[in-house]
Amino acid sequence: MKEQQDKSTVFKVNRRDFLKTGTLGMTGLMLGVQFSCSDKSKLLTGNPDVVFTPNIFISISGSGDVTLIAHRSEMGTGIRTSLPLILADELEADWKRVKIEQAVGDSKYGDQNTDGSYSVRMFYEPMRRMGATVRLMLEQAAAREWGVDVSECKAKNHEVVHTSGKAFGFGYLAEKAVDLPVPEEGSLTLKTPEDFNYITKKTSIYDLQDIATGSAVFGMDYDLPGAKVAVMSRNPEAGPGIRSFDGEVALQVPGVLQVFTLDNPGFPTTHDKALGGVVVVADSTWAALQGKKALRIQWESGINADYDSESFQQDMLSRARKPGKVRREQGNVTEAMSRAVKTVEGEYLVPHLAHAPMETPCAQALVTDNVCEVWAPVQDPQWTRRAVAAALGFDEDSVKVNVTLLGGAFGRKSKPDFAVEAALISRQSGFPVKLLWTREDDIQHDFLHFLSAQYLKVGIDENNRVNAWLHRTVFPPIGGTSNLSEKEPSGFEVSMGHVDNPFDIPNMSCETQEAPAKVRIGWLRSVANIHHGFAVGCTLDEVAEARGVDPAQNLIELLGADRKIDFGALTADFWNYNEKIEEFPWDTARFRNVIEVVRDKSGWGKSMPKGSGMGIAAHRSFLTYVACVVEVTVDDKGQIRIPMVHYAVDCGVPVNPERIKSQFEGGAAFAASLALKSRISVKGGKVEQDNFDGYQVARITDAPYDTLVHIVESSEKPTGVGEPPVPPFIPALCNAIYAATGKRIRQLPISLG
Amino acid sequence: MATYQLIVNNQAVEVDAQPDTPLLWVLRDNLQMTGTKYGCGKALCGACTVHLDGSPVRSCSTPISTVGDKKITTIEGYSEPVVHRVQEAWIAEDVPQCGYCQSGQIMSAIALLEQNPSPTDDDIDQAMAGNICRCGTYVRIRRAIKRAAKGGNQ
Ligand code: FES
Ligand code: FES
Repeated sequence: MKEQQDKSTVFKVNRRDFLKTGTLGMTGLMLGVQFSCSDKSKLLTGNPDVVFTPNIFISISGSGDVTLIAHRSEMGTGIRTSLPLILADELEADWKRVKIEQAVGDSKYGDQNTDGSYSVRMFYEPMRRMGATVRLMLEQAAAREWGVDVSECKAKNHEVVHTSGKAFGFGYLAEKAVDLPVPEEGSLTLKTPEDFNYITKKTSIYDLQDIATGSAVFGMDYDLPGAKVAVMSRNPEAGPGIRSFDGEVALQVPGVLQVFTLDNPGFPTTHDKALGGVVVVADSTWAALQGKKALRIQWESGINADYDSESFQQDMLSRARKPGKVRREQGNVTEAMSRAVKTVEGEYLVPHLAHAPMETPCAQALVTDNVCEVWAPVQDPQWTRRAVAAALGFDEDSVKVNVTLLGGAFGRKSKPDFAVEAALISRQSGFPVKLLWTREDDIQHDFLHFLSAQYLKVGIDENNRVNAWLHRTVFPPIGGTSNLSEKEPSGFEVSMGHVDNPFDIPNMSCETQEAPAKVRIGWLRSVANIHHGFAVGCTLDEVAEARGVDPAQNLIELLGADRKIDFGALTADFWNYNEKIEEFPWDTARFRNVIEVVRDKSGWGKSMPKGSGMGIAAHRSFLTYVACVVEVTVDDKGQIRIPMVHYAVDCGVPVNPERIKSQFEGGAAFAASLALKSRISVKGGKVEQDNFDGYQVARITDAPYDTLVHIVESSEKPTGVGEPPVPPFIPALCNAIYAATGKRIRQLPISLG
Repeated sequence: MATYQLIVNNQAVEVDAQPDTPLLWVLRDNLQMTGTKYGCGKALCGACTVHLDGSPVRSCSTPISTVGDKKITTIEGYSEPVVHRVQEAWIAEDVPQCGYCQSGQIMSAIALLEQNPSPTDDDIDQAMAGNICRCGTYVRIRRAIKRAAKGGNQ
């Protein structure tokens, strides 16, 4: 498959390619079959050296072990379990006999960019077909052995059983199936949901035991023989290089082996180039860190040396107050607003945010002659491979990228800059290296979430109907990190909670303004849905109050009649998360349903003691429909506690409900960080925070005490759940705080002081 | 460089390190025991939690020269029943997401339960507030601690 993939473009897999690119046939020795079972009616295993590899994702050995490839990166969502689970289910493999192998970065696997909450959405069908194909081959092999019709043979839990009751194990059949042609897609029958063994059932993650005992392998844990440790000092301003430096003192630190520089990219930096700076290579991590401390560096100043995020945001806000570029327009907002009998108006500010995964960026690399091998916790191993190859001047075939477990990522580790650094350092030093980003490096040199300013104004007419909606959003786009001319949000960014407003309001104007990127801007879990969800969800609560309608009822009323919205006809900017709107419609009935479910399950409207309250919000993102109710208590010192969160989610077929729940529990805690604690500020081009004291995140005392997830039963195509929990939580929390205190929240992080 | 005799997970080991080297890096670099994680280097996140004579410490901020003959215990090294109960509870509640913080969480939880076999919510808050989980597994961490406290039953 040829792949020209921009990270914001979802790569569509040609579903047939899986089988075409797979190696048909077997590896290993063809020896005489040894029966391991004396009951000849039930031969379970065959020659253990025979491996049947009908496609690149599945292999079955003569001993009956099934090895499935996990081709997407595990960063905590459970995807390394959930996709192989789909394969195993259709294959009728016994999960206990399944081993999972992590794929290297290679386009033969199709899309590996584990980002944008689309792994299950994109691969549910292909995985099922692949599993079903191999199941059919095993059934055909058994039928041939028995000399019966294949319709009399059915795979069941690692065996193929004949109607007479006799059975062959998968191990025995492995060798028998190797010469069979791959069946036509038309001849496959997918299982019906009643026959699912794993899909929609609870399954623990594959790595659970290893994690609980400390043996799981993350980025720095892989044992690369002879590796030296590298750390770097980078320009606090993203892009510019070094004026002068003195590495002498650093070289005197015992254990420090080398000090040298890497080239800087200038600004814009792009999302995949190394930032450059001064490298310290040492025998041990501690020596490297001491060496880094001893560096004396004069940094160059670049075009963003005077960047001050606070004044920049104020400037963005003043622009948000003025008419901007219209991205979606219906009716005449100005005229309708002038007829309004009541208006609701608000300005919303969200700061820059850092990803701060618990595992900082890190990578190991070994470059010899013209070959490079990388071991790294990366979300997108194919992009990593391309970026490393480009930086080294190698062709891609000379670069191998192994993917370790990711200690959290949230979008940070889809950018391969740190793996590129490791490769460059290995080449220049001549050593295999382990590159560690310190927490300070991570927070000071992240690809930050956009800071934003928004202005909303809503008009309510004499019939108490909302007749005008004006929403202006200003934030520096992701594209500005690669291209200075990109100063205004692109279609995909305004389609995350801005122009994709589903409420049935006759007069609407959605506008943007320019704001150039001054730091590296990247995508953070749920991206522009964070700030748009916040502003829209809070505004709707104010609208409910102005209308004198219950907030849940208000959402349902504003939504209007059930319908599928053709956003493409409403705005040229609409983007449906890279899916056709016909395939994944914007279905207001599903949206209404999650609102109703969360309302009913949460005990919405119950009376709450003084100082506590409930808030509601709903948001569709990444094609998944979510509604959220947050309960809050606020004491007299302004201390906020969140005793309970309810989510209702419609993500189509819930493939692994256990992990869906954990993503929502975690998403609530992640969003609680953004709402209550986290803020990055930049002064003089330099990020002011550098560790968890300055850049705070939710702890057990800040996060919700409990989160209940109500999954809507559905047979619709499955959609992702990694990001969708985040957007509605923040406004639901703010609305709850309003209910508890009477104070409206217009700025994050929340301050009740 | 100095030589230190350490007792790690009930085994005597000898390591050469600079006196100010944090125990975290001795474990990871000298002893290749990678279950203990780096998260902040400043005693702010708890990812590096190990036990010294049964008390939880942040190994990133514990210079090797201060360890002396105290027994070091890491996630890899436990055999007491309470540990199995905690690890089993972690598995039963499917606590981990990415898993990176979990060694530290489990070590903090074990220390809590050793001192306080039936902790209240407040006790859990106090003992666990130093351990960040960016994936947000806090609800299940609390549940797993309660399960382990009840001897593994929920
Ligand atoms: S690494 Fe020691 S507390 Fe964070
Ligand atoms: S499970 Fe990922 S940081 Fe805790």
